[in-house]
Amino acid sequence: MGISLTPSAAEHVRKFLANRGRGLGIRLGVRTSGCSGMAYVLEFADQLDEGDQVFEDQGVKVIIDAKSLLYLEGTELDYTREGLNEGFRFNNPNVKASCGCGESFSV
Amino acid sequence: MALLQLAEPGQSAAPHQHRLAAGIDLGTTNSLVATVRSGRAETLPDEQGRHLLPSVVRYLEDGAIAVGEGAKAAAADDPLNSIASVKRLIGRGIGEIAALGSRLPYEFVAVESAVPRIRTRRGEVSPVEVSAEILRVLARRAEAALGGELAGVVITVPAYFDEPQRQATKDAARLAGLKVFRLLSEPTAAAVAYGLDQGAEGLHAVYDLGGGTFDISILRLRRGVFEVLASGGDSALGGDDFDRALARWIMTLAGIEDDADHRVLRRLMRDACAAKEQLSAVERVPLRIERGDGTIWESELTRATFESLIDPLIARTLAGCRRALRDAGVRAAEVADVVLVGGATRVPLVRRRVAELFAGEPLAGIDPERVVAIGAALQADLLAGNRPADEMLLLDVIPLSLGVETMGGLVERIIPRNSVIPAARAQEFTTFKDGQTAMAIHVLQGERDLVSDCRSLARFDLRGIPPMVAGAARIRILFEVDADGLLNVTATETRTGVRAEVSVKPSYGLTDGEIETMLRDSLAHAGEDLAARRLREEQVEARRSVEALRAALARDGEALLSAGERARLEAALTEVGRIAAGADAEAIRSAVAGLEQTCGFYVERRMNRAIHDAMAGRRVEDFE
Repeated sequence: MGISLTPSAAEHVRKFLANRGRGLGIRLGVRTSGCSGMAYVLEFADQLDEGDQVFEDQGVKVIIDAKSLLYLEGTELDYTREGLNEGFRFNNPNVKASCGCGESFSV
Repeated sequence: MALLQLAEPGQSAAPHQHRLAAGIDLGTTNSLVATVRSGRAETLPDEQGRHLLPSVVRYLEDGAIAVGEGAKAAAADDPLNSIASVKRLIGRGIGEIAALGSRLPYEFVAVESAVPRIRTRRGEVSPVEVSAEILRVLARRAEAALGGELAGVVITVPAYFDEPQRQATKDAARLAGLKVFRLLSEPTAAAVAYGLDQGAEGLHAVYDLGGGTFDISILRLRRGVFEVLASGGDSALGGDDFDRALARWIMTLAGIEDDADHRVLRRLMRDACAAKEQLSAVERVPLRIERGDGTIWESELTRATFESLIDPLIARTLAGCRRALRDAGVRAAEVADVVLVGGATRVPLVRRRVAELFAGEPLAGIDPERVVAIGAALQADLLAGNRPADEMLLLDVIPLSLGVETMGGLVERIIPRNSVIPAARAQEFTTFKDGQTAMAIHVLQGERDLVSDCRSLARFDLRGIPPMVAGAARIRILFEVDADGLLNVTATETRTGVRAEVSVKPSYGLTDGEIETMLRDSLAHAGEDLAARRLREEQVEARRSVEALRAALARDGEALLSAGERARLEAALTEVGRIAAGADAEAIRSAVAGLEQTCGFYVERRMNRAIHDAMAGRRVEDFE
């Protein structure tokens, strides 16, 4: 289990990291807020904190704190295009309900 | 579900609180929109994958409005309803637009207000409304790409845009329903795109060769502010002239006459443009040109031949660069980086010549047609709060000096250009004539020394000054520019506290003259201005002396002077008046000095009499 990336997501993360010029990898997480309980965090990571877990997939380091992992176990990060819009999508098997826009969710 | 972007550490936005921002390059010929996604600034294409949006707006018969390629394609057939190059009109008065010449095919409506309106089949539209249509299309594109509403935008404007032109650009954005975080000057945006604002303080040059215009700006980065030290250029020189030079060469060889069919000439221009673009990548291109009679002329064009055709044009841009360097008072070697902007800078010879002049490879890693929009997007992202706050924030500066008119039609600068806003500066002035009870205050913008060469922003009167001798009143004039660039001018007579004020709102141009050349003119005419200022100052001094002597004569000339003496002084006064009407500053100066000498005995007598009056009938002890 753990966290995985689709080839498209891995390619884009590598590109964005190279463009930024620094960073260990990306940090995934959840935090409480939003209209349906939880919201995703998706950031560049410059440092490891205590309790962080690191997954490596296709040359990309995915960093996640232990608490967030409870909610994200088994998640696949994808990168897709919808019309002019493009970006990352969390395919999270733990989600029971999400708000209409999908920006927040509950388990 | 919504698609997410990578954020900087700790900068993830709460759901529904993403601050989406975009940068817009609102250009004369083409416009672009760019945004930052996952830490990367990029321009956004439309559904067909086209990044450039031609800045053309067409009002259709069914009431719809077309913007971009469609409008541009129809412009030749429907010129009155297809508005192109509206940037040349925005923020200008009717008079100024008339001065732009008869090249504009639109019908202008003469109205009470100074804002020009263009007659189309959809009714009258103002340049602000036309610009708003372009902004609306770009904003919609950004919102589709970002999946949400824009919190705000940064729009770029030329460095030489004055207050009314900037305000009109902001009005267009408001009309399009956009919040403007800030207007950013185009050369500054290009420098930001290359991250020069994050680098060491120093000098940078931005070489911008577009389709029809050339601009060179010398910037200095100091304490987080890019100052425009000098700007210059040629509003009628660009990549299109490369096409024209090439087309002319083909016409000569292929035997096509100037008066050939319009269709033939247009196709020729298109072929020339295509050949030019290919030659940026390859050494030689085949040419196949159809003459008016249907026969075909075939040949080959090498890059060397093309370069020999355009070299004189490039030399003109380099002369502009040297002038700008001279105006800025810096040497080419002191310039740390040169940024290339504009499609025509793709031509290899342009890059080579610029590299030779500045003795270093210019920055060209970012697409020169997109670099301004990308810089604007980076600035918008920063202003939206999507990046850590420790990154440098560019400040707004006043683009052209603000001042008031003084005697002799001269401009006294109160707030110099490149001052950081908000700004407040005050200066004291005095009366010119004895018993003067009112003062006319004329607010001006520009770099030239004579009122007639600057732009008039407002006029108002300060009344109720108590009568005093000339030079005794103290009038404090305060200029304040708030964060939105709105100017407030207050005049106060300090003894009595009488005051008058005016707020300068956009006037959209009430004076004639080419505003965009104001800055350039000020540098080109520095010597002339100095001479003109000197002459005016001497003339004012002469008038003041004549005025003072006449006032004295009227008061006690009768009592202190013989008829002969008086006649001699009158003659001297007339002579000074005659010389002061001339244009020789030196002669006026010596005439005034001569007048002072001539009337020396009279001044002495007045002095003695004043002392006598003051002391008569008193004892010496009174004065101890």
